[in-house]
Amino acid sequence: MSKSVIEVPPKGGFSFDLCKRNELLAKKGVNPPSFRKTGTTIVGLIFQDGVILGADTRATEGPIVCDKNCEKIHYMAPNIYCCGAGTAADTEAVTDMVSSQLQLHRYHTGRESRVVTALTLLKRHLFNYQGYVSAALVLGGVDVTGPHLHTIYPHGSTDTLPFATMGSGSLAAMAVFESKYKEGLTRNEGIELVTEAICSGIFNDLGSGSNVDVCVITKGGKEYLRNHLQPNPRTYTSTKGYSFPKKTEVLLTKIIPLKEKVEIIEGGDAMEE
Amino acid sequence: MASKQPENSLLGPEADSQRTLYPNVTGTSVVALKYKDGILMAADMGGSYGSTLRYKNVERMKAIGKHSLLGASGEISDFQEILRYLDDLILYDNMWDDGNSLGPKEVHNYLTRLMYNRRNKFNPLWNSLVLGGIKNGEKYLGTVSMIGVNFEDDHVATGFGNHLARPILRQEWHENLSFEDGVRLLEKCMRVLLYRDRSAINKLQIAKITEEGMTISQPYSLKTYWEFSAFENPTQGAVGSW
Repeated sequence: MSKSVIEVPPKGGFSFDLCKRNELLAKKGVNPPSFRKTGTTIVGLIFQDGVILGADTRATEGPIVCDKNCEKIHYMAPNIYCCGAGTAADTEAVTDMVSSQLQLHRYHTGRESRVVTALTLLKRHLFNYQGYVSAALVLGGVDVTGPHLHTIYPHGSTDTLPFATMGSGSLAAMAVFESKYKEGLTRNEGIELVTEAICSGIFNDLGSGSNVDVCVITKGGKEYLRNHLQPNPRTYTSTKGYSFPKKTEVLLTKIIPLKEKVEIIEGGDAMEE
Repeated sequence: MASKQPENSLLGPEADSQRTLYPNVTGTSVVALKYKDGILMAADMGGSYGSTLRYKNVERMKAIGKHSLLGASGEISDFQEILRYLDDLILYDNMWDDGNSLGPKEVHNYLTRLMYNRRNKFNPLWNSLVLGGIKNGEKYLGTVSMIGVNFEDDHVATGFGNHLARPILRQEWHENLSFEDGVRLLEKCMRVLLYRDRSAINKLQIAKITEEGMTISQPYSLKTYWEFSAFENPTQGAVGSW
């Protein structure tokens, strides 16, 4: 009667004992918690005259920076802007969609859009998709009822706050806000604080970087300060420029403009529907 | 009949009870910085048992020998074990009676070796340690993690402090901080941690180590501000939301 177990010498290193069980669990739908970096720092704060939103400008694809200067502050309405963190396609699509819905609503009601409208439209959509639309948003604007600032999470929950941060750099930015925010900030103080918070995200979080975008919304109107601060310029650029050695001799240069194939008649009949 | 497994095996169910798989009673962040006369370190006095705040009088900073100060976050029992190891180390050093004493650099090196070797045996001491001290006018501040990552810097933090306190320290720390400025900076970091770390409590101690020796303050609490008008009626103007 031989023992079926072979004596194995003790060894360190990775133990593969649980792999089979993990696979079985995954088949049944019990997945290990996944780790997702959103690679952004977005912030918003309420100051005495309205709302200031801020964002960094780095878009990442895994470990690579795919866009050094993207725009994360999206237009929703003339008096409402929204910063987006998470999957770029999701934030773009959802803010575009709600922006169009708001415009139709404005035509329908004849009134300026309210921030709560945008909030409700966004959160209903995101909740409907149970968190699969990976958009974490900071929504801010000024309407007839006053200035408002909200955060919206991918699963559809919202918060109404005096100052908010989202994205992977949110802790670094929140550290700045928690230590320096006070009520009744002036416009310049507010912009400085927002810039400081975004810079804290840019320099302390690997998922955020490049430049700082700021958007100031007040009752009078909005001011979109694209690349308000550029703390990461290219440090070494050759002053001489590039010169390529001449290879093939140019014998003849002849330029022929392309002829128009179709004549365009201005002021023709409108399309019949 | 030969036994199924040799005795000191790392395989099999018995082996799991012989090594640390997860921490039980944990302390949260420790923040420390170099200032003009030495090192300042702050830690709160909480020991969490999972999501319960079980112990509210845990001293997570201790003096080591004459020149060093050790602060720890993570498993409290492993911290107590490390203190025992260091006790033996300091005692053995004192027994030489040669007028020389272990400085912070040496203790930091010992801790690094200790943590790294335990990690290699898949049985870590589940702590992030901060070791600060001053010897012969030379200030030293270093950190060791549970996997043996070690480095020294002008300001360090463990746990959540890495994300919340380090950005503030990177911006506002400078050489030759006075004692009051250093304490104010540490309190600023601890306050942010208090607001945003769920396992932090409002009962902290600040320890200082200089050439004269180590002093640790009495436990005290920080003032917090909750009177933002936006907190009083958050859904005003956004009725129905939360």
